[in-house]
Amino acid sequence: MTTVTETHEDTHEHGMSDAGYIKIAVILALITALEVSTYYVDFGPLFMPALLIMMVVKFVMVVSYFMHLKFDSKMFSFLFYTGLGLALFVYITALATFKFFIA
Amino acid sequence: MADIATHDTDHATDHGHHSSTGLSNNKLAMWLFLGSECLLFGGLISTYMLYRGRVQNGPHPSQIYDIPFTSVSSFVLLMSSLTMVLAVSSAQRKDDSKTNLWLLITGLLGATFVGGQVYEFTTFYREGLGFTTSLFSSSFYSLTGFHGVHVSIGVIMLISLRAIIKKNKITGDKSEVVELIGLYWHFVDVVWIIIFTLVYLIPS
Repeated sequence: MTTVTETHEDTHEHGMSDAGYIKIAVILALITALEVSTYYVDFGPLFMPALLIMMVVKFVMVVSYFMHLKFDSKMFSFLFYTGLGLALFVYITALATFKFFIA
Repeated sequence: MADIATHDTDHATDHGHHSSTGLSNNKLAMWLFLGSECLLFGGLISTYMLYRGRVQNGPHPSQIYDIPFTSVSSFVLLMSSLTMVLAVSSAQRKDDSKTNLWLLITGLLGATFVGGQVYEFTTFYREGLGFTTSLFSSSFYSLTGFHGVHVSIGVIMLISLRAIIKKNKITGDKSEVVELIGLYWHFVDVVWIIIFTLVYLIPS
């Protein structure tokens, strides 16, 4: 019991060390550089999926580490991801209604 | 389960104003607000996706977008997320001088991003892309403009927070106040991560 409490307090108060945040920022910067490179280099059929995957990875990294969702209560994750999930469902449905995904 | 209950109760003793869940009311409200903001930006992004090819007689996105310039702006906003999280980290260590410094840098980076957006909008307007030129232009300016307003509000909040900390006028948990503004700031950054990819990098 004590171990759980101590671990929680440690991660809540600090989340990560400053060096850890800098490492995350460097990874984010590298992914951004890779994203920008798709503008200059032809990635062929991988272009779209690669960009979308990099976007999702950056999103999850910022939300998990910089916004501390990884270390905080699951209730906060539930509130945020519910809103996000609802938005995705509503607007993907709306776009599909307008035949957006049909080439 | 019992461990989780203890986990939240211990959390509750750290800060004031907690709900029956043992979590901070302020943080719950902020996360709920950010969840609702997903719906706002989702609507703006999907409207843009639908209308990005409807240029009428106006310029096409590929004719006006300046990807190198926007990439630098994106990098600036991304780095402001790092400085913001360092401000939160300093606040949790009760290091006021470093908190103030990181908040100042975050505000400056945010202001740089907004300045870049003003420059971009001015350039686009001179190239013939007014708000009512086409469905593309209306949806583009609405989406990026709303985001720019959010960044501007964030900068105002950072400046205000800095002034309040300097005057020592925060009565409750200072680190939580910095964290709440940090959450808003990071959210603005993650929205830009999506806009940068879907609007600028993926051609219509």
